[in-house]
Amino acid sequence: MSTTQPLFQHHKHCDEIFADAEEACAKGNWSAGEKAFAEFAGQLETHFLSEEEVLFPAFESATGMTSGPTEVMRGEHRQMRDLLAQMKVSLDNRDDDGFSGNAETLLIMMQQHNMKEENILYPMCDNALGGSDVGTSIASRLAGS
Amino acid sequence: MHPNLSFEQAPPISVPYRFLLAAPWFGVLAGILLAWVGGDVLGSRWTPEALALVHLIAVGFMLQAMSGAMFQFIPVAVGGNVSRPLLVANVVQPLLLVAALLLVAGFLFGAPALLSAAVPLFLVGVGVFAVVVLLALWRTPATGMTIWTMRLALAGLVVTVLLGSLLAEALARGLALPLIPLTNIHLAWGLGAWALMLVAAVSYFVVPMFQLTHPYPLWFARGFGPFLMLLVLIWSGLWLREDTSLAQASGVLLATACAAFGGITLWLQYTRRRKIDDATSLNFRVAMIALLVFAVSAALMAVQPQWAEDPRATVWLGMLAFPGVFVSTISGMTYKITPFLNWLHLQRLGAPIAAVPNMKKMIPAEAMTGQFRLHVLALGLLLAAVWLPALTRPAGLAFAVSCAWLGVNVIRALQNYRRFRDQIRASVLHH
Ligand code: HEM
Repeated sequence: MSTTQPLFQHHKHCDEIFADAEEACAKGNWSAGEKAFAEFAGQLETHFLSEEEVLFPAFESATGMTSGPTEVMRGEHRQMRDLLAQMKVSLDNRDDDGFSGNAETLLIMMQQHNMKEENILYPMCDNALGGSDVGTSIASRLAGS
Repeated sequence: MHPNLSFEQAPPISVPYRFLLAAPWFGVLAGILLAWVGGDVLGSRWTPEALALVHLIAVGFMLQAMSGAMFQFIPVAVGGNVSRPLLVANVVQPLLLVAALLLVAGFLFGAPALLSAAVPLFLVGVGVFAVVVLLALWRTPATGMTIWTMRLALAGLVVTVLLGSLLAEALARGLALPLIPLTNIHLAWGLGAWALMLVAAVSYFVVPMFQLTHPYPLWFARGFGPFLMLLVLIWSGLWLREDTSLAQASGVLLATACAAFGGITLWLQYTRRRKIDDATSLNFRVAMIALLVFAVSAALMAVQPQWAEDPRATVWLGMLAFPGVFVSTISGMTYKITPFLNWLHLQRLGAPIAAVPNMKKMIPAEAMTGQFRLHVLALGLLLAAVWLPALTRPAGLAFAVSCAWLGVNVIRALQNYRRFRDQIRASVLHH
């Protein structure tokens, strides 16, 4: 298993609960939507933290690159957290237009972010961190969430 | 390693927009031309009007939209750095606009001087674009089949334009070249190695992303592009040797490859996680159905040559490919690219995300789905008009109005961007 394999798989998991939350709210099933959204927001936060607290620092100290790709990824995490907060506000107000618009925006943001990680940053991390125990520690964080 | 890798190289918003703004109006011109001429203009592929129509869509609508989309897609999606995007767009777009109009006018009025005049403009415009984009695609640290397939598509574009230029010079100067085989080679590079290749490259990326489908199977994403390129090469070699029957057999293989792509894409859509449909997913579905019908028709024509004897049969294929496959995919992509583009640039102005309107505020959903319905109606009329000339005028009219509506929707997206930008700037100044 490569260092970033667990993160890669976790992206797919987050996609699935995103779809559940979006579908429930689109159908006006707000209580199911609330549950799925809470699950999604929690999983996404765990994912971000695993990267920000484990993967990125390990990558930065292995390569000396502190202001490169990891910095951009942190910035995008910030934007996605803001969008999540917007979704939550719409959900609390039962505002389906607002919710679906923010969900759409988060989805595209999240997907292009994931693509950059999967196609660029993760391969760089796998190169730099092969043989370390970073992968195991990320896997246990994601599993414990 | 790339210490300066930043992903933050999205070009100024005017770069992609200018291409996306221009593209639909070539479709409007095509529709007006059809409605104007009417009658039996679709009776054969070789009428001046048919050649003009093909190129209004190919080098007008498709080339504009696909260039604009590439400028945006490469930096944002695959981390490639298109150098000096504003300068390149300032040079390339006017060249391509004028070249397209000259070529179309040359066909329509049978004017050799206009055909010849278009050639150098195409060569320089596409040449500059191809060099800049290839450099960006070569330097990106990203991996994946989207990038490889895009490189193939770019090569396909270059060969298409070279062959088109050769044909145009041959027509203009009366060079003694085998025009029909060369045209068949040119169109396979244009439709297959360039346009379908690019749609595949983009689809590997956006179909899973917009709809949360499974990814394309790896063997398929690895194999489809090179296989398509190989088949186009074989097709070209056989036509050059004027081995018509073998060339037709290779055409069946090409049709099968198209069908495989269309079938897999439809299957991915059918088994997707995200069940919510929008103008983008619907446009893609129509495009893939048109691609399947195209493939089945082309294969039938190859094995039952008497069906291909009717000159309308080839026009039917053209109608499925241009308005059916490519206008639909491009419309669908436009409806995701412009709202995301707006949002991306608005959120950089420094206001909190809560103050940035979300993607659905950029073009009203009803305007997009309404335009999509009209497009489907126009497509149905166009396909019927191939066999029923009385329908040519209404079909042309419907297509013109549908493309104009698409154009208006893009304009509206840009106006909304400007309005929101001014609001955000005003509020940032206040705080
Ligand atoms: C880039 C995308 C292009 C595509 C997809 C494309 C597609 C086609 C197609 C499908 C045909 C056959 C038309 C028919 O059978 O009615 C054709 C013919 C032709 N194309 Fe293009 N074309 C492209 C670019 C160009 C360019 C840039 C030029 C000129 C510089 C050009 C010049 C020609 C000429 C002269 C013919 C007609 C040949 C004849 O009548 O013998 N094409 N093209």
